[in-house]
Amino acid sequence: MRKILAFVFFIIFCGFLFISVYELHTFGDPPSDMDDYIINNAQNQTGANNAVTSVVFDYRGYDTLGEATVLFTAIAGVMILFRKRREP
Amino acid sequence: MTDEGLSLIVQNIVSLLFPLALIFSFYIILFGHVTPGGGFQGGAVGASAVVMLIVAFGAKKIHGNMSHENMSIFESTGALIFILTGLIGLIVASTFLSNFLVDTPLFGEIPAWGSNPGILNSGGILPVLNIAVGMKVIAGLSAVVLLMALAMEGKKK
Amino acid sequence: MIYNLPFYAVIIIIAIGLYIIAFKRNLIKIAMGITIIQSGVNLFLITLGYRKDGLAPIFTHLPKDTPIPNGMVLPVPQALTLTSIVIGVAVLALILSFIIVLFREYGTLDTYKMRRLKE
Repeated sequence: MRKILAFVFFIIFCGFLFISVYELHTFGDPPSDMDDYIINNAQNQTGANNAVTSVVFDYRGYDTLGEATVLFTAIAGVMILFRKRREP
Repeated sequence: MTDEGLSLIVQNIVSLLFPLALIFSFYIILFGHVTPGGGFQGGAVGASAVVMLIVAFGAKKIHGNMSHENMSIFESTGALIFILTGLIGLIVASTFLSNFLVDTPLFGEIPAWGSNPGILNSGGILPVLNIAVGMKVIAGLSAVVLLMALAMEGKKK
Repeated sequence: MIYNLPFYAVIIIIAIGLYIIAFKRNLIKIAMGITIIQSGVNLFLITLGYRKDGLAPIFTHLPKDTPIPNGMVLPVPQALTLTSIVIGVAVLALILSFIIVLFREYGTLDTYKMRRLKE
């Protein structure tokens, strides 16, 4: 039946996820060359005290523009779906 | 959701609490470069304040003033401010979204290195972009919830 | 194995969300399963950037004797998680709008019945 096949693929996928934990770094000791540069130079180059906001809007501002476009497209889609039909 | 909103006690308390929640969301948006927060976080708090108003008063009453056409104008203004700031950065310093407001009197002080109490006048183009994204998120999310509440009316069991 | 415990928590959350999508019939439950998988992926992005005994990367009123690059958590995974949360909200808004239109069209929320009514 289809449910037994779905269950077998589910077990295989969870086993694959479980094995891939052994390839990650240990929790609490990440490789961090780029982030050390950003924390050291964010106050001189950007002028803000908040390193996370300066990464979101200054060092990676183009990704924030793409995310604002995705939000705009989703809201435009919802407005199209709930349009009122005028009865002719 | 019921069509007339909730009872009279709830409507009075909500009309007292709505300005407080809106001012809190403006504080989170505006101080985005000093404390944790920023455009998206403050926008989510402001949208939840408007949703509290929709639940308490009913969707038909709110649709008179805050219709989804007005919210659409507000959201498009936020997106245009974002893109215009990027294009002015392209004209001034030949990079899209470059930080051209550092060392100018508008938002341009540089804080001392290390731990310091924050300066509101600092940050370059970060406060301008925070305000633009905050307008976009508040208007967009409250328009979505208003449209869903209008589509489901008259369907009580 | 006890040191990698947040990664195992992420695997359990993604497995629960995948079980809900594959084996449940109600449309609202499938939408909840998609949201649970998105929460699991956001948790994974944040726990990639944790440094042991680290503070937030914000310089306002920092305690005076923290070492500056080595005592702070990494800021870049937090920026990526913020983008991912907003995209999750946009996708959930569209999914719920489609569910409202489908309910108005068919009168039921069961995916096994929605194929039969097409005749």
